[in-house]
Amino acid sequence: MMLKLGVPSKGRLMEKTFDWFATHGLTLKRTGADREYAGSVAGVDGVQLVLLSASEIPRELAAGRIHLGVTGSDLVRETLADWQAQVMELALMGFGHADLVVAVPKAWVDVETLDDLDAVAAAFRAHHGFRLRIATKYHRLVREYLRAHGVADYQLVDSQGATEGTIKNLTAEAIADITSTGETLSANHLKILRDSPVHCSQATLFASRAADWDGVAEIRARLFAKLGVGDVSGLGR
Amino acid sequence: MSAAETLAQTLLAQMQDAGAQLVSADILQPAETLLDLYGEDIRARAYVTHDPALGEMMLRPDFTVPVVQAHMQGGAEPARYCYAGPVFRKQDQGRAREYLQVGYEVFARDNPARADAEVFAHFAQLLSGYDLRPVTGDIGILKAAVAGLDTSARRRAALMRHIWRPKRFRALLERMGGQGPLAAPRADLLRALQDAPPEQAGPVVGLRSKDEIAARIAALIEDAATPPLPASQIAAVEAVLNLRGSARDVARDLRAQGWDALTPALDRLEARLDALQDAGIDTASLPFEASFGRTTMEYYDGFVFGFIADRADLPPVATGGRYDALTAVLGQGRAIPAVGGVIRPDSLIALGLIAPGGGA
Repeated sequence: MMLKLGVPSKGRLMEKTFDWFATHGLTLKRTGADREYAGSVAGVDGVQLVLLSASEIPRELAAGRIHLGVTGSDLVRETLADWQAQVMELALMGFGHADLVVAVPKAWVDVETLDDLDAVAAAFRAHHGFRLRIATKYHRLVREYLRAHGVADYQLVDSQGATEGTIKNLTAEAIADITSTGETLSANHLKILRDSPVHCSQATLFASRAADWDGVAEIRARLFAKLGVGDVSGLGR
Repeated sequence: MSAAETLAQTLLAQMQDAGAQLVSADILQPAETLLDLYGEDIRARAYVTHDPALGEMMLRPDFTVPVVQAHMQGGAEPARYCYAGPVFRKQDQGRAREYLQVGYEVFARDNPARADAEVFAHFAQLLSGYDLRPVTGDIGILKAAVAGLDTSARRRAALMRHIWRPKRFRALLERMGGQGPLAAPRADLLRALQDAPPEQAGPVVGLRSKDEIAARIAALIEDAATPPLPASQIAAVEAVLNLRGSARDVARDLRAQGWDALTPALDRLEARLDALQDAGIDTASLPFEASFGRTTMEYYDGFVFGFIADRADLPPVATGGRYDALTAVLGQGRAIPAVGGVIRPDSLIALGLIAPGGGA
């Protein structure tokens, strides 16, 4: 039996992931034809590389179809209910940093904090007859955040891309989105609220609690020794 | 039929014997009404689905909304309704996602104290065979305390809106008292507003207009000129929130505070206690917790009650209360005072009767 390691299949996230494993003495490679999603791992025997879309890795971990997976901490928290019961965080990898933030038009000079946003939401609902719309694709994270902060009278509207444009297009009044530099927000005349972000995300190595660890105990021991991952009580036997 | 379903039918029959009319409700409910009432949080708790013709729909998370709507479309007055069937709630952990509710609701304009007492006494009788602890509360007293604060109407409205969100309620109270973490950013914001006009900050994008921004700025500046809420008033509100004890003792202690704004609400509380006594409830020992229902029962605005099993694995076996404001929202202007509650037969089965053959 092989230990299955799921990593992002393309782009900078894949390259950085490969670099991170390289610094730990493992060589991850894509193999086969240019567009074929196949790969290999050198450095520890018994590890199979599974190339996946970063957004599918949380689900594959939860299902136990891969033992380990690299993806953004935001995606795990957004995709999986009670995520800590399903996966274990093994290592923060130090790249892929992005903050999930709430942003409003810069012209809203009266809004600096969630407290302001809440007050504006109440007034907006009274004035327009519907709840203030916040566009996002991170429904679970944003809803939990706003509930924890006691914000009411808002609604989430789904936006899977170009979220910064929804306000100008009059399909939302505010947004909650991932940003690393804030430049896109600024270019769209938006500003970030002062409160701490909804979530500070980075690429993270996760272990599945549902995967069958019994058949890969030795491989796991060798791999974790290389990666410097220590206490993993709670993963299989 | 499962044991819980059989018990549900038994309870339903007893409710019908008490004069309630049996009503049914669709399992698929339009999402819009529920979202407007409960806010976005309901999406995390209810199963949302999509119908190509009707749009967003929810598996009913409770019966209250459809029962009130049915009544508003031509129910007699006064009216008593009962119902039974499954409700659906998302759970992150082990609790049931689909479970039975049996409910009893009274819509009556006259003598709300008697209607409150009728519902509570009926539930107490239905549940008398089980080892349950009754709890009562009164959201109306919390609302009266907020309405009685010596501050601007705007501040009272802000507090009133967040009675059901204790964390934000406390943060607001602190800020209005000139303290707490929100006070400093607010002072910064005011300075910024006085220094720089909005047009300099950026183009007005989106639906929220320049006028709306200007109106809020005016409100903020007016609020900054409002004197801080005196510490004594903040303490008085918190004292009301923390009150617990036997219902008669709580009523007496609240009277003793000599807070005139509470008088009408206390009159209602005592009228209810008298009505409960008449209905055979021992009000000298009836537990009262002023904050009961505060975090979980947003649409209740007066009397609230629960019957609780002292077992960590069981949610409250029965809950209910008065929801006059909800009927006004759903009736689009037409309103009728309403009080009712629900029982979870599954929990009763899990709990078991105190003595075979007794009780319900």
